[in-house]
Amino acid sequence: MQQAGTQIAARTAEIIGELRGLEGPLLPILHEIQDEFGYVPAESLPVIADELNISKAEVYGVVTFYHDYRKEPAGRHVLKLCQAEACQSMGSDAAAAKIKQLLGIGFHETTKDGAVTLEPVYCLGMCACSPSAMLDGEVIGRINDPETIDEIVEAVRA
Amino acid sequence: MTTRIYVPGDSGALALGADKVAKAIAKELDARGVKAEIVRNGSRGMFWLEPMVEVETAGGRVAYGPVKAKDVASLFDADFVNGGTHRLSLGKTEDLPFLAKQTRLTFARCGITDPLSLDDYRAHGGLRGLEKAVAMAPAEIVKIVTESGLRGRGGAGFPTGIKWKTVLDQVQDRKYIVCNADEGDSATFADRMIMEGDPFVLIEGMAIAGIATGATKGFIYIRSEYPHAVKAMNRAIEIARRAKVLGVNVLGSPNAFDMEVRVGAGAYVCGEETSLLNSLEGKRGVVRAKPPLPAIQGLFGKPTVINNVISLASVPIILDKGAEHYKNFGMGRSRGTIPIQIAGNVKHGGLFEAAFGMTLGEIVDDIGGGTATGRPVKAVQVGGPLGAYFPRALFDTPFDYEEFAKRDGLIGHAGITVFDDSADMLKMARFAMEFCAIESCGKCTPCRIGSTRGVEVIDKISAGIEPEKNLALVTDLCNTMKFGSLCALGGFTPYPVMSAINHFGEDFKPRPVAEAAE
Repeated sequence: MQQAGTQIAARTAEIIGELRGLEGPLLPILHEIQDEFGYVPAESLPVIADELNISKAEVYGVVTFYHDYRKEPAGRHVLKLCQAEACQSMGSDAAAAKIKQLLGIGFHETTKDGAVTLEPVYCLGMCACSPSAMLDGEVIGRINDPETIDEIVEAVRA
Repeated sequence: MTTRIYVPGDSGALALGADKVAKAIAKELDARGVKAEIVRNGSRGMFWLEPMVEVETAGGRVAYGPVKAKDVASLFDADFVNGGTHRLSLGKTEDLPFLAKQTRLTFARCGITDPLSLDDYRAHGGLRGLEKAVAMAPAEIVKIVTESGLRGRGGAGFPTGIKWKTVLDQVQDRKYIVCNADEGDSATFADRMIMEGDPFVLIEGMAIAGIATGATKGFIYIRSEYPHAVKAMNRAIEIARRAKVLGVNVLGSPNAFDMEVRVGAGAYVCGEETSLLNSLEGKRGVVRAKPPLPAIQGLFGKPTVINNVISLASVPIILDKGAEHYKNFGMGRSRGTIPIQIAGNVKHGGLFEAAFGMTLGEIVDDIGGGTATGRPVKAVQVGGPLGAYFPRALFDTPFDYEEFAKRDGLIGHAGITVFDDSADMLKMARFAMEFCAIESCGKCTPCRIGSTRGVEVIDKISAGIEPEKNLALVTDLCNTMKFGSLCALGGFTPYPVMSAINHFGEDFKPRPVAEAAE
């Protein structure tokens, strides 16, 4: 664990080194850290604070403000279901209920086998093919079709 | 010339299987030894026909859709490469009524060109606006934009030219152009479509804004929910740099302008301009009090033009064809065209660019074709999660900033969500408050606390607890939020809530026990 913590700190410092020249580098740095580790490890925060010369409280404040940054790793797949108005008008509630039931988890939860994390999202810009979802960064439209739901569930169990 | 086959790479088309279709076509071309080039264009904006495949023929482009991968072999059998007839034939693309009725100025090239081909862009009128701008004095450019009557397409409707003039008038060592591409409103996807389908037009618009105001650096803040738009913009910027459209000498002129893409992190409130600026600076996306205006003290305290994607993408054609040309479209003080996004429970959902002035009824019934489910339209929400719900009784409202304001609504970013008669408007009002609570930045009390209390009070109404008293309480709370919030999130959440209460009062009456137990 100690070892892992040191490695995280070292890699964090490298990422900061690459991006610190940007104007307002904090969000790009956090994105890169999350890309690298799958979440923003607590071990990264003091390194960022130190390198950017801002308080740890400030870094923590930024990380926790934004929905995207994770405190712990997600499942192998991340499935986001749009729950905004346009998708609601086409039955996103029912689609979400069905998927939750099939996966046996609720929103903001990960299946016990670590296969998939389920999250709500408010608009993917797919509002003319609602209800929509995003699976590992790829968009899927009209998920109220039972066949599509089955395909999604099958894909995340793989 | 080899035939060009167009398979949209727009994420709306991808969501419906466009990649599989493109792969299947490539495979068939190979297997049958047919020579043709597959172009991944933007979307024409007719999502009920996506993936819509087009083929260039001597008589113009013909369309087929919605195409599934399993249809591809039969399309080849029908000789679609030469425009052959197939059960998915839609005829000539330009003649499709949904397209033929539009006035495409901002979206003139979207879906037609290869989004990442600068040659294609030029061949279809691209860069003419910027070429004119580099030969003009900044004040002259600002004057043209002001005269065009262009107003902020993000929703606020502030005159773009006046904003630019304020920035031009500031004397500072550094100024910025910030493009707000944090398109978080449900029912809106115009920004996404233009970034994926014609990214150079946004680059051109930002470069013109830079030259007009003396800014040399631009940022495009794109929401993280749009990974394809991020990719397209990054690639387009790289291409523009290599072609010297961006850089120290824009199109060979002494003007310097460059830009970079920044990706948001899932906060809806960052679509609010001051919160976006804080986010760009690497801070929590908390709203700033105004004044100072961003035009005077914006990004890193420097004068900043912050405009929506569509506002900036409309500038090139204004510079190219003149203020008069643009201004001649529209009604009242709403000049030019607006890309209306028809979404939700609608038969013909998509993007429809038209001059201001069409009525809501024409848009929903004639263009949208009514609901997808075939049931009667109950309500339409115009302007995203902070927009009002309109009943059929108000369908005569013309699409115009002032006309919508007169009826306690807003056009916002011009997204329309259609709901059929199964919609429960109490639930929608509750959702508006819930969404505000999830996304509130927390800076001001009416928004941060009011939204949570709003959910609780609406739950009481739903449960039949002192409904009249609680309805009066929600109304009072909405007033506090409307007039006491720092930005549009808390300030406009009352629009969907109050419009639901005022126009659909029957949904707020105590419910029969059996239904409530569901």
